[in-house]
Amino acid sequence: MTLRDLINRLLGRQQTSAETAKERLQLVLAHDRSDLNPELLMQMRREILEVVSRYVEIDMDEGDVSLETEDRVTALVANLPIKRARAVPLAKGETSESEEEADPADPVFRAKVSS
Amino acid sequence: MSAASTRTILICSGKGGVGKTTLTANLGIALAKQGMRTAVLDADFGLRNLDLLLGLENRIVYTAQEVLAGTCRLEQALVKHKQEPNLALLPAGNPRMLEWLTPEDMQKIVAMVSASYDYVLIDAPAGIEGGFKNAMAAAREAIVVTTPEVSAVRDADRVIGLLNSNGIQPIQLVLNRVRPKMMANQEMLAVNDVTDILALPLLGLVLEDEQVIVSTNRGEPLTLHGTSSPAARAYTNVARRLRGEDVPLIDPAKEGRGLRAKLGRLMTKKLF
Repeated sequence: MTLRDLINRLLGRQQTSAETAKERLQLVLAHDRSDLNPELLMQMRREILEVVSRYVEIDMDEGDVSLETEDRVTALVANLPIKRARAVPLAKGETSESEEEADPADPVFRAKVSS
Repeated sequence: MSAASTRTILICSGKGGVGKTTLTANLGIALAKQGMRTAVLDADFGLRNLDLLLGLENRIVYTAQEVLAGTCRLEQALVKHKQEPNLALLPAGNPRMLEWLTPEDMQKIVAMVSASYDYVLIDAPAGIEGGFKNAMAAAREAIVVTTPEVSAVRDADRVIGLLNSNGIQPIQLVLNRVRPKMMANQEMLAVNDVTDILALPLLGLVLEDEQVIVSTNRGEPLTLHGTSSPAARAYTNVARRLRGEDVPLIDPAKEGRGLRAKLGRLMTKKLF
């Protein structure tokens, strides 16, 4: 945190263009380096969320599965806030009540209804 | 000198217009002035310009093409620089060479040149296609040139991936066209941002310098006339570091004088 960052935060200003550039680059390079096709990445993300949510209730709005890169090594990072654990894991393909209320446009939801 | 100790260095960037050819010309002259027998090779057969930046465009008789075809000797094709006789240019041939040139051809040319030079700098074409791969095949090490812009850094990253998978080692970075004022205002990627993202050691940091344009107008690389301008100093220091000398890098934040620069430094100082 620099003095400029602090002032910007206090004033509610957007971040500097250099910071934006850095974040955009890190994201695009993670994808370039992984050489994964975006469609497969989407599918993998959906399946990971599906598997995890059979065991624990996760906050779908806050959850994120993304690629990160550091020192030219790319990692798949899942950040999935847990609401609560399930007493009994759901069976494959089974959905919980709360998730049935989910927005049909949500890719996770669609993955479940189609399977 | 045997070819085994000759350093063959690819100068590349991926993106065009970031300063590959300018670096090749200036580094070539700087190394020559430091007593190194240096050959610069224009491997950009499609859009050659190294001859122009060195002011040698009117003295080309033969090119790499005739050397490969065996219709002239290497010594006939190499153009010696008048003021700096330690430097010679092997000009690129006709753009049609792109149709038949192979990586083996480039290796052959570089091996021939290596026999009588300490440094062979290979000016790669932009892009990552055939022309670049030919140039890469002939080099042992590489200097990646980039600017603090997202497009240039992304392209540099792609090139570094290719260099890594081809066993080119070491790969070092030259960050070109740095604008200290913009960096201080955090309107340009910081030096650390670029080196962190690309994970390469920094061989040099060159500030944006109008004198570079003046020097290309004249066909006289800045390093030819000492170190009067910031870019000339930077290129000379790249040559010294390349030879193993420990020369500290400039700090762009300390370049600006006056209140604005001081304020910029205060604003970007880490608080916690």
